[in-house]
Amino acid sequence: MATALASDLNTVTLGAPLALDSGKSLANVEIAFETYGELAEDKSNAILIFHALTGDQYVAKTHPITGKPGWWDRMVGRGKPIDTSCFHVICANVIGSCLGSTGPATPAEDGQPWGMRFPVITIRDMVRAQVALLDALGIETLHAVVGGSMGGMQALSFAANFPGRTERVLAIATTARHSAQNIAFHEVGRQAIMADPEWHGGDYYGGTGKGPEKGLAVARMAAHITYLSEQGLTEKFGRQLQDREAKSFGFDADFQVESYLRYQGISFTDRFDANSYLYITRAMDYFDLAEEHGGMLADAFKDAGDTRFCVVSFDTDWLYPTSESRNIVHALNAVAAPVSFVELSAPFGHDSFLLECPALDRVVKGFLG
Amino acid sequence: MAPKNRLRPDLAKIAELVPEGARVLDIGCGEGELMDVLRHDKHVDIRGMEIDAELVEKAVSRGLSVVQGDADCDLSDYPDASYDVAILSQTLQTASRPDYMLDELLRIGRTAFVSFPNFAYWKMRVSLLVHGRMPVTPHLPVSWYETKNIHHLTVDDFRALLADKGVTVEGCWFFAGGKEIGGTNANWRAEHAVFRLSR
Repeated sequence: MATALASDLNTVTLGAPLALDSGKSLANVEIAFETYGELAEDKSNAILIFHALTGDQYVAKTHPITGKPGWWDRMVGRGKPIDTSCFHVICANVIGSCLGSTGPATPAEDGQPWGMRFPVITIRDMVRAQVALLDALGIETLHAVVGGSMGGMQALSFAANFPGRTERVLAIATTARHSAQNIAFHEVGRQAIMADPEWHGGDYYGGTGKGPEKGLAVARMAAHITYLSEQGLTEKFGRQLQDREAKSFGFDADFQVESYLRYQGISFTDRFDANSYLYITRAMDYFDLAEEHGGMLADAFKDAGDTRFCVVSFDTDWLYPTSESRNIVHALNAVAAPVSFVELSAPFGHDSFLLECPALDRVVKGFLG
Repeated sequence: MAPKNRLRPDLAKIAELVPEGARVLDIGCGEGELMDVLRHDKHVDIRGMEIDAELVEKAVSRGLSVVQGDADCDLSDYPDASYDVAILSQTLQTASRPDYMLDELLRIGRTAFVSFPNFAYWKMRVSLLVHGRMPVTPHLPVSWYETKNIHHLTVDDFRALLADKGVTVEGCWFFAGGKEIGGTNANWRAEHAVFRLSR
């Protein structure tokens, strides 16, 4: 089970219940967030960054559990492409997650953790919560919304559902809907968690057990493969053996790639809650921006007006390939929205947006102006 | 911002002719030199399309709205008459079907500017006549086997295509040696041509 968080979280408690796509509503929603850089007096320089599936508000601050630098430290900071010496950057933990915002691990009205009683949420629900945060902060119009992967889905959903509240939308390595393949990989992860006897139907909080760590680790391992490219894996590991001269003729982690994935899986369980993983992957699977707008993606953006869009894909990303970005660009062109699109070349697959990619830095900096 | 006088002569002419405040699509916009001038000088609402990712990245990083795309197939994304002006500069001769691309251009834009190198320019003719090999010139500096220009054309070829298609020529301008020249015997004398077209 994820380690408990320190109590010095920045949180806002929403005054009104949050209406959800499921028809249910969520009361007393807490949203944990971090900010970077000064907010201008006229509040015109705010950029909202949306994090990805297992990300958090610690974009450019040391992670309170892992002690590692922020997940986009290379992109956000003074003098960096998203320059906090001129922009006020806000990043909030999505609802359903486990880094301080209301999710399955937080107490319900009866004082017990929500567990699987937590309502199923959608990407749009996450965005509604973030808009409520903006309202609470008194920020009407953003300079930009920015996100990669699931963060990009939120950026697109924000543009579609709250037109006029941002001047720019930067959506990186993302899609306007989850494909059958995307859903399939997530289902493997969810089944791994639910098959772990420690899961207990999601009711594992507060007990003596450690929660479904094995299941969550396997879920992370499967997902992690989808974030990398075949070329990247080959370059990094090939068929090299881990700390041994020869194959063991057993089932230890003989190969470096196995050892790496096991480490990725197990270290993930220190910082993430298994039920949050179930809920957030579900939200991503439910995401289909066209479906929300009568089946026409272009209709999602028909009120976007002068909002400028920039869509970026990576040539080695097979999770959300360039064709998905083109689909978004096609829709934006159909409503004559000011859109930029570029497919960048980077060897790291889907994770390229988080890694060293100077071309991405230039595009981000140039687009944000 | 690129000063207008640094633009290639065909682009400078187009920049001069685009009406103030128009909605403009620049197809094959490169790193956006013309777009940059037009948005500053003519306050146009301008978008670009470019096939080369590096050039797109440069254009986007100067704050322009440019989509990486292949004019041979991606123009179909744009609705009919969605722009006042569609510009196709030095790209027609790279199209797999220039005639289809011209149709697309005039479908998307109410007016279109097309610029292209004239393969019947007298220096080209002399070069081909004397050397017997495909000319390599300052404006067409790439050898036949690696050039993107797969459909070389002349001013007269273009006029014939326009006549076949019933396209209206609203104006045409010719250039040689980096300067504008008159239209007399343009098929011989012009190195480059700019046409303003409409349906």
